[in-house]
Amino acid sequence: MLRYSLPLLLFIGLVVLFLFGLQNDPRKVPSPLIDKPAPDFSLPSLHTPDTTISKSDLLGKVTLINVWASWCAACRIEHPLFVKTAKKESLSIYGLNYKDKRDDALQWLEQLGDPYIDSAFDQAGTTGIDYGVYGVPETFIIDKQGVIRYKHIGPVNQNQLDEIILPLVKELEKAS
Amino acid sequence: MKYVLLFWLCILSSVFAADMPVEFDNEQKQARYHALLEEIRCLVCQNQSLADSSAGLAQDLRNEIYDMVQQDQSEQAIMQFLVDRYGDFVLYRPRLQSNTWLLWTGPFIALIIAVVIVFVIIKRQSKALSQRLELSPEQKQKLEQLIDNNEKS
Repeated sequence: MLRYSLPLLLFIGLVVLFLFGLQNDPRKVPSPLIDKPAPDFSLPSLHTPDTTISKSDLLGKVTLINVWASWCAACRIEHPLFVKTAKKESLSIYGLNYKDKRDDALQWLEQLGDPYIDSAFDQAGTTGIDYGVYGVPETFIIDKQGVIRYKHIGPVNQNQLDEIILPLVKELEKAS
Repeated sequence: MKYVLLFWLCILSSVFAADMPVEFDNEQKQARYHALLEEIRCLVCQNQSLADSSAGLAQDLRNEIYDMVQQDQSEQAIMQFLVDRYGDFVLYRPRLQSNTWLLWTGPFIALIIAVVIVFVIIKRQSKALSQRLELSPEQKQKLEQLIDNNEKS
């Protein structure tokens, strides 16, 4: 009996393994920064180049950092969602404008709406490297103490926002 | 469609992989720099090393590594810099650590299991064979009888 069922069991095992593999997106690499303090940064504001935005501006409240760029096509897909949500919920969203041209970025916000409290202008992409950004758009959730709690790679859709991001923000807001 | 474009982007980028000529203080640093680039995966075009990829991020990371090599930082420190930001995935050769021990020892464990299975099969077959060759008491008796008869006649 074992003689005949063993190959079948091995085959089923392989099928399960492959199904599991097919459902994983290899382009989504888990970030080592989860549950670690957000890296320090100090960048000029996109709107007012003379003022700087740094990590200390984020502390004390749960903040979303949305990495975006005017050259990024997928950012266009998720952007209306953030515009809509920023109006409805009391959500603190900062933008990280990644490797962009200032004029293009400002024009982009003018056309599509600006859901951000402010956007940090990371022209060289060095803050992006510190945050392990490799595929724009990316969205980080940072808690009150400045610890990265979640990272979303790629455009956020309504479902992910309602099921994952907003509940986590609410939960973190309750925590002291 | 997105993936088709991405595919071509990766193919084309390797054709045009424009590794900007960089100058080093000495040849040793240059060799270290190029050896490091071969060891690190580009996260944008995942099957290319930093040396091959011309993705924007790859160029930025090459610049970072160039600076660190020029500052005489160790391989260990440079690798750690990248792992801290992008995770173990950037290393083409995974380190031996708690979540990779199965990856490293797995092939050897599979080999040991295979050797044990082959050994058991051989043992079982040789046992069956020797049993088949062995005569039962009746057969032995009959054989002796036959020999006796033969000698008498």
